[in-house]
Amino acid sequence: MDMNGGQALIRALEMEGTEVMFGLPGGAILPVYDPVLDSTIRHILVRHEQGAGHMAEGYAHATGRPGVAMVTSGPGATNIVTPLADAYMDSIPMVCITGQVPRAAIGTDAFQECDITGITQAVTKHNFLVTSADEIPLVIRQAFHLATTGRPGPVLVDIPKDIVDPTNPASATGWDWPTDAEVEASLPGYHPATTGDPEAIERAAELILAAERPVLYVGGGILKARAAEALRELAELTQIRVVTTLMARGAFPDGHDLCLGMPGMHGNYTAVTSMQRSDLLIALGARFDDRVTGKVAGFAPEAKIIHADIDAAELGKVRRPDVPIHGDCRLIIEDLVAALRRRLSAGATTPDRGPWNSQISGWQERYPLAYEPPAEGDQLKPQMVLEHLRDSVPEDTILASGVGQHQMWASQYWRFQHPYTWINSGGLGTMGFSVPAAIGAKVGRPDRMVWAVDGDGCFQMTAQELVTASAERIPVKVAILNNAYLGMVRQWQEMFYEERYSEVYLSPDLPDYVKWAESMGCVGIRVESPEEIQPAIDKANDIDDRPVVVEFRTDSREKVFPMVAAGTTNDEIQVPPFQAGHGVQTGEGGH
Amino acid sequence: MTRRDALPGDPIRHHVLSVLVENRSGVLSRVANLFARRGYNIVSLAVAPTEDEGFSRITVVVDVESAPLEQIVKQLDKLINVIEISELDPRWSVERELLLVTVSATPEVRGQVVELAQIFEGRILAVTHDELTLSLEGHPTKVDDFEEMLRPFGIREIQRTGRVALPRLGAQRGPASATASVPPEAHAADIA
Ligand SMILES: Cc1ncc(C[n+]2csc(CCOP(=O)(O)OP(=O)(O)O)c2C)c(N)n1
Repeated sequence: MDMNGGQALIRALEMEGTEVMFGLPGGAILPVYDPVLDSTIRHILVRHEQGAGHMAEGYAHATGRPGVAMVTSGPGATNIVTPLADAYMDSIPMVCITGQVPRAAIGTDAFQECDITGITQAVTKHNFLVTSADEIPLVIRQAFHLATTGRPGPVLVDIPKDIVDPTNPASATGWDWPTDAEVEASLPGYHPATTGDPEAIERAAELILAAERPVLYVGGGILKARAAEALRELAELTQIRVVTTLMARGAFPDGHDLCLGMPGMHGNYTAVTSMQRSDLLIALGARFDDRVTGKVAGFAPEAKIIHADIDAAELGKVRRPDVPIHGDCRLIIEDLVAALRRRLSAGATTPDRGPWNSQISGWQERYPLAYEPPAEGDQLKPQMVLEHLRDSVPEDTILASGVGQHQMWASQYWRFQHPYTWINSGGLGTMGFSVPAAIGAKVGRPDRMVWAVDGDGCFQMTAQELVTASAERIPVKVAILNNAYLGMVRQWQEMFYEERYSEVYLSPDLPDYVKWAESMGCVGIRVESPEEIQPAIDKANDIDDRPVVVEFRTDSREKVFPMVAAGTTNDEIQVPPFQAGHGVQTGEGGH
Repeated sequence: MTRRDALPGDPIRHHVLSVLVENRSGVLSRVANLFARRGYNIVSLAVAPTEDEGFSRITVVVDVESAPLEQIVKQLDKLINVIEISELDPRWSVERELLLVTVSATPEVRGQVVELAQIFEGRILAVTHDELTLSLEGHPTKVDDFEEMLRPFGIREIQRTGRVALPRLGAQRGPASATASVPPEAHAADIA
């Protein structure tokens, strides 16, 4: 079948099962946009390429399928660098097509030329500059294969205009769809890991049965490996408590007796402290991120480490494991469960974990997540808003968040009962992530209610994508926790810079969020007093034909607690002031 | 570059990595960038196609302690175009380097320079009334010594290739960063 490179590209995306792509056209990618008109693929026209990237990420988070974005050369391509870096840090499968100037013009500083493969080398799993039309189907297959297997990640494919432009003879090509075997043979250096080493799994089983204070330290890799069910089996079999990192919220139900919630800089006291006092951390698809470990030298000093990960480079990167297991987490957990069952039925016993469990319940009782109730006339407490929202939506609602205090409160106060219901920017911490990510998630899961929780600072970075959402009839809901500040930065300035507030004030009413929402085709609602919270949420939940933005005016003085200050160990966790004084170390960071 | 030989107990800092890669544009920059990103110095780097023109071999000498090296090697291994990485223990490998040098050699000292070149088995490539261009191929330490001996005469220009290396016959290509302990029992004599 004769076609041109542009048609071949769209055909290849269809063959890979692409149902939707997010993008914005321009000169260099124009020829590829023509066959989009004849394609089964739904194209969502964004208002800024960063939006396209985060939408693709949100889509991938919610569905597990790779997100696809397409943009033009030069500024279109550089605008999507942030989402690529974001997807790289959080291992999100994503394929990004960028237009490029014609081959003959590459290197001449042609109009809208930029070396996007050079720029994105450090923030993609891999990237390609395609040099002939015939290569297009193979490269697209390679891109999807790389993005979705092993440790997932973003892959960029840069396409020079001349090989897709039907007016250029160089774009003429046949159609040759490579087989799986051909794709694998074309990537001789790529061998994603599968099962873990059986000996390592046996050693892990032995350590697990011998541990007195074990903790399952579960990271986002569990979700990537679709291993939530296997994890539950492991936890229930061994009765070991589970912490779910910021990237793993929902991988294990918050309502489960064994769930301890989120560890880390703003984790709850029990999750942080039980890791810290543990004698065995079973790290599954987690990467000992600095936001989890605190000062590494003082992290979980008595713990032996079992570390299972699909990426060998994570094993020993931060903390040397006693038992490293390289492979797919789901397969490793399944094998581990089998090994444990064999040992248990052969009569293996575990030490009495009664003292450990009562220590844990003691912490849970004394230091639950809590905030001070508002005094009469105070502005809204952000945590209270989140509790209302949490209790007013279906359990399988998808929650996306921006970056800052609101993100931490959302992760802390939500009750995640299902995997793939929490979408946030963990590794890169990208402000502006939530609105487009929520849109992408809603496109992927139209059956689900999708809320974005955003800060006023974040919202101003990518809000224009609500125009996209209105135009495309994607009814997401946004809760802005408007504290009139870059709140998280304000918190640090309050705590660590002697309340010297430098460049963090934003204003509560500039812009007018309700008018802005309305101008973008959304319903806009403002909430200023506690009595208005519930009716506003109910109203938003009832609207399903357009996006809704609810602006909550929240207390700018509220801080996120607990907190492990940067550079301190997890022993120095600071609980909120009203909880201190129970013999807890409150650290030196001071309030 | 240190001139003294390593003493027992010195942390090993110079590592020779032999990296087999797909022979495509951009691969070298991906490899080099990984070192640059962590601030590690590449001492030398040599790259050329192998017996199979689909692949190239990069011999890279890096200045880094073993623990961070392990991390770099694992990161290198993640590069899609990298096929295989091995660390070459100097005791188990054959290493060579080529040097081109132009030295001052006025008629009064020319004899001494020529004599040095003969002792080191170098070659004279070009002569003018006050300069000589020489080449020398050999083990990198020999090349170091030659360069040192020429220095007093006045080096006008110098270019070294950086080392290239292969495992000795009978030695296995170790996986990178495997703690190499015992050299192979029998190996072919390192002729030359
Ligand atoms: C793109 C980007 N720029 C800067 C930062 C640094 N930063 C982290 S949180 C934050 C404040 C966010 O403010 P807001 O969206 O209002 O959320 P809040 O913390 O008040 O909940 C800033 C500036 C960032 N994470 N991302």
